[in-house]
Amino acid sequence: MLDDFFIRALIAGIGVAIVTGPLGCFVVWRRLSYFGDTLAHSALLGVTLAYSMEFNIAFSVFIISSLIALILIQLQKRTNLPGDALLGLLAHSSLAVGLVVIGFLSFIRFDIMGLLFGDILAVTVDDLLIIWIGGALILLILKFIWKPLFASTVNYELAEAEGLNPDRAKAIFTILMAAIIAISIKMVGLLLITGMLIIPAAMARNISSSPQKMVIYSIIGGLLSVILGLFSSLEFNTASGPSIIAASLFLFILSLLNIKQSIKLKN
Amino acid sequence: MSSDQNILVKLNKAGFSLNNKWLVKGVSLQVEKGKIVTLIGPNGSGKSTTAKIALGIYKKIDGSVEKYTNKVGYVPQKISIDWTLPLRVNDFMVLTESLDEKTIDEALSLTGVIHLKDKNLGDLSGGEFQRVLLARAISKKPELLVLDEPVQGVDFTGEIALYELIKKISDELNCGILLISHDLHTVMSATDHVVCLNGHVCCSGSPMDVAKNNEYKALFGEQASQILSRYEHRHDHIHTSEGEIKKN
Repeated sequence: MLDDFFIRALIAGIGVAIVTGPLGCFVVWRRLSYFGDTLAHSALLGVTLAYSMEFNIAFSVFIISSLIALILIQLQKRTNLPGDALLGLLAHSSLAVGLVVIGFLSFIRFDIMGLLFGDILAVTVDDLLIIWIGGALILLILKFIWKPLFASTVNYELAEAEGLNPDRAKAIFTILMAAIIAISIKMVGLLLITGMLIIPAAMARNISSSPQKMVIYSIIGGLLSVILGLFSSLEFNTASGPSIIAASLFLFILSLLNIKQSIKLKN
Repeated sequence: MSSDQNILVKLNKAGFSLNNKWLVKGVSLQVEKGKIVTLIGPNGSGKSTTAKIALGIYKKIDGSVEKYTNKVGYVPQKISIDWTLPLRVNDFMVLTESLDEKTIDEALSLTGVIHLKDKNLGDLSGGEFQRVLLARAISKKPELLVLDEPVQGVDFTGEIALYELIKKISDELNCGILLISHDLHTVMSATDHVVCLNGHVCCSGSPMDVAKNNEYKALFGEQASQILSRYEHRHDHIHTSEGEIKKN
C-alpha cells in the first residue's frame, strides 16, 4: 500500500495536520505568524546545507531554524529595533543566503518549485517515519508544557507569579516550531508552512467557544484541508502545498458564514 | 523567633530600575501567615512594582527577596484577554492549577459570579471580571495572596462585601495577603500593617501609627488624616459587625 505515492502523501499530510492543529492555535494566540514565516524562510538554508553535506533534510532544517530562533532572541535583547523589523531581516537574509548557496551548488539539481511549494511525489517511507515519530514527540512535549504555555499566553505575569516558569515553556515552544517546520517542509513547501499553521486555527477560532474546542476544530480543519487539497492536487495536477492551503482557505470562508449567523442572532 | 516560621515573603531593601530609572528603591517588608499588609501611595509610587518584586516577576532587582511559599494567588492590576483566545470563565479558573468543579463553584459563589461560569471572559463587565479574577486567585487556596487593586470597577456595596471576603479568607485560610489599594477607609479598617510608598518607603507600621506620621500627612494631605479620625469613630462599629459575622 505504501508503494503508492498518493497514499504516502495522504498519510504524511494527516500526520502533519494533527500536529499543526494545536501548534497553529498557539501561533494565532501568541501572534507568532511572522515568527513562523521567518523560521520557514530560513529552512531553505537548511535544505541547501542538507544537500551539500548529504545530511537528512528534516534534521538539517530543524538545526538551522532553531539557530535562527536563537539569533532572533539575542537580537531582541541587544538592539532596540522593533520585532517585525528583526523578523524581516532574518527571514529575507536567510532566504537570500540560501539562494546564493544554491547558486554555488551547481553540481546538484534542485527542484526549487518543490522546495517552495511542496511536492507529494517526493514523500518517501523514511519521510513518513520522520513525520509520525517527530510529530508524536512534538505533541507529547506540547502536552507536557501546555499549562505554563497556555497560562503565559493568557497573561505572562500571572503565570510567572504563580510559579509556572513561562520562560522555559516559551523556549521549548520555539524549538517545537522549528521541529514542525522541519517535518512538514516536503509536504507544504517552505513558503506555505505558516499558512498550514494559521489558516485552520483561524477557521477554528470562528466556530469555537473554548481553547480545547479550538484545538480540536483546528486539527479537523487541517485534516480536511489535507484530504481535499491532495485529491484536487491529483485531479488537477497542481502542486500539493498550494492545493492544501487553498482548501483550508475554502474552509475558513465557510467558517465566516457561521460568524455572520451568530452576529445576526445577537441582534 | 517563632514568628520567623510564619513569614511567607520578605523583601530586604529591594528595588527595581527600568531604563536607568528607579521605579522603587530600598523597600523592606514582610508578609506573614494570617496577616494583611497593605501598600498605599500615590500613582507611580511603585506599589505594583513592589508587588511584582515580591512575586518574583521582576528578577533583576536590587536587594533581595526571600520567598517561602509556592502556593501563590495573584490578582494583577491590569489584564486584557485577546479576542483570538476563546476563553470562558470556567477555563480561566483552571488556568494555573487544575481544580474540581466543586472548588470552582465555591469560589465563584463567594465572589458572587457563579452565574457567569459559562460566559466568555470578553463579554464580562469590568466589575464582573474583577470578581472572577479574585475568585480564581482564592480558589487554589493559596498561602500568599497578592491583590493589586482587587476591587477596581466593582460597585459600592460589592466593594465592601469583597473587602469583608478578603478579610474572611485571610482568617479562614490563614494566608498572608499583600494588598494594594487606594481606598484608605477600607484599608485602615482591615489591615494589620501599612506600608506607605512614594518611590521608597515613606513610613510603615500599624494603621494608627501611619496615620499620625507627618510624611503620610504630607503625601495624602490633611484630609486623609481626617478620614482616619473618622475611621477611629467607626472602628467599634466595624469591629462588632465583624464579631457578628464570625458568630454566624
